[in-house]
Amino acid sequence: MNSHSRSLDESYILNSWKRFSKNRLAMVSIYMLLTLILCSIILPFLTPNTYYETHLSMKNTAPNLNHYFGTDDLGRSMYARIWWGARISLFIGTTAAFIDMVIGVSYGAFAGLAGGKTEEIMMRIADIFYSLPYLLVVILLTVVMKQGIFTIILAMTLTGWIKMARIIRAETLSLKEQDFVLAALSLGTSRRRILLKHIIPNCFGTIITAVTLTIPHAIFTEAFLSFLGLGVRAPVASWGVMASDGLGALAYYPWRLFFPAAFITITMLAFNLLGNGLRDAFDPRLR
Amino acid sequence: MIYKYIFKKLVFFAITLFTVVTLTFFLMKSIPGDPFTQEQAIPEEIMKNLYEHYGLDKPLHIQYLKYVKGFLTLDFGPSFKYEGRTTNQIISEGFPVSATLGLVAFVLALIWGVFWGSIAAFYRGKFLDYFAMVLAVGGMSVPSFITATILQYVFSIKLALFPIARWGTISHIVLPAFALAAFPSAFIARMTRASMVEVLQKEYILTAMAKGLSKFQIWKGHVLKNSLLPVISYLGSLFASIITGSFIVEKIFGIPGLGGWMVSSITNRDYTIIMGLTIFYSFILLISITITDIIYFALDPRIKDRFQNYELT
Repeated sequence: MNSHSRSLDESYILNSWKRFSKNRLAMVSIYMLLTLILCSIILPFLTPNTYYETHLSMKNTAPNLNHYFGTDDLGRSMYARIWWGARISLFIGTTAAFIDMVIGVSYGAFAGLAGGKTEEIMMRIADIFYSLPYLLVVILLTVVMKQGIFTIILAMTLTGWIKMARIIRAETLSLKEQDFVLAALSLGTSRRRILLKHIIPNCFGTIITAVTLTIPHAIFTEAFLSFLGLGVRAPVASWGVMASDGLGALAYYPWRLFFPAAFITITMLAFNLLGNGLRDAFDPRLR
Repeated sequence: MIYKYIFKKLVFFAITLFTVVTLTFFLMKSIPGDPFTQEQAIPEEIMKNLYEHYGLDKPLHIQYLKYVKGFLTLDFGPSFKYEGRTTNQIISEGFPVSATLGLVAFVLALIWGVFWGSIAAFYRGKFLDYFAMVLAVGGMSVPSFITATILQYVFSIKLALFPIARWGTISHIVLPAFALAAFPSAFIARMTRASMVEVLQKEYILTAMAKGLSKFQIWKGHVLKNSLLPVISYLGSLFASIITGSFIVEKIFGIPGLGGWMVSSITNRDYTIIMGLTIFYSFILLISITITDIIYFALDPRIKDRFQNYELT
């Protein structure tokens, strides 16, 4: 029985992959994101400029051969800062999405499998936190706690996991009704095993889609926090911090807004298109 | 049945609001330092008077009860930073402004979103579908502070078509309303498309087509009503967050609304105002969510969960 269900999973993933690879926009997005990640790993080592060195004599210079993206108001190389910022923005996005996934999947699947009173209480608690205004919770926490990357991630994940938990719980409920889970239950398979062998593999598409769409959301939130002055602290800079620094310079030094804004937008676009592509591939009904 | 549901929702409303009040109170208390900490030291006598004036000399549980009581009588508390300023005053001045701008943006987002969503669904797989969806994903991919700044730069600084900032006349509303509507209209477009695609596969649509109805007649008579249900659930929380003001758009366009106040309170670390506005905001959000849930339940009792919480930007 076990091998049977596994082969089912494999063909499910294979079929989804076939549909996915036909989606040109989503494939382009994957390549773009991979390039971006590679660049953010390698490029900071290849540039002679650092993200923190200030050269007041060279402030606000336009893009040139030495500084491909120009310099900011302290004469720091925008090129170096963009790639360091890529690390920070992507780190915040992926970490937040990963934490949301781990908590959300375990909570949702546990509640769904447990059923009865336990489920009722767990989901009511989740509902209460879900009704809190997300951005205000994030703002309050970042105002109260020490400013920094980990505060931002903590604030975003504190209520961020609930969406995932609700999705997974709904999936678990419908999976629980299916014959193979019923069979496993009646054979006395442990809950843990059912969770790992049946529930999670069958939620694979839902999980990966939700994670892909959480990452841009986290990057967005981080940019928003930066605008409020609650982002990561100097000298490190995320894209959000750089973009909000560049807002006032739009009329005279447009490159200071253009590059961070372009990188945020392209990354968001790629993650969103990828997420949509994944959803269409795993759930082809609505294409 | 419906009364039981309404009752359940009201209980949930009360519990959630109570959680918000409690959470904000203890968060406020957990901030290290003193609300009156300044660069210049304040004489001890004055400090004592300040403490007494704001009731900070009482034990924590008394303070908490006072806080809850104030909230129950709709008194959201004074500012600790600026003498004589209260959250209530900010709400009464800022809320009408935010609500006006929000309503315009809301209508704009709804019309624009449903329009493109319908186009995409009816021309599914064709060029217009791709065009609308790229537009929508694009709209969701640009942070609103960038959209707003660029709109402001192009249309008021370069082209001088609209005032750069401030508030007062109709032409002041145009740019901020567009900036505010960009994200939700993209979201509405995608939701509309998804649910219309589903409706368009129903057999009664085939019947309508066989009758020889035009696309517009089918849209108006059969598709629109049946596909807006998931969109409605989103509109409730969108409505709440859009009329309580956007932090970013109001800040950039210098609009004296709630969002603008919130941002300056954050920058000034005016904690009591931040907390007061948070509670007010949650209050409005919860009211709209509860009302939407009830309408939703009345329309279709099978559906229990609301679709998605709207994220304000």
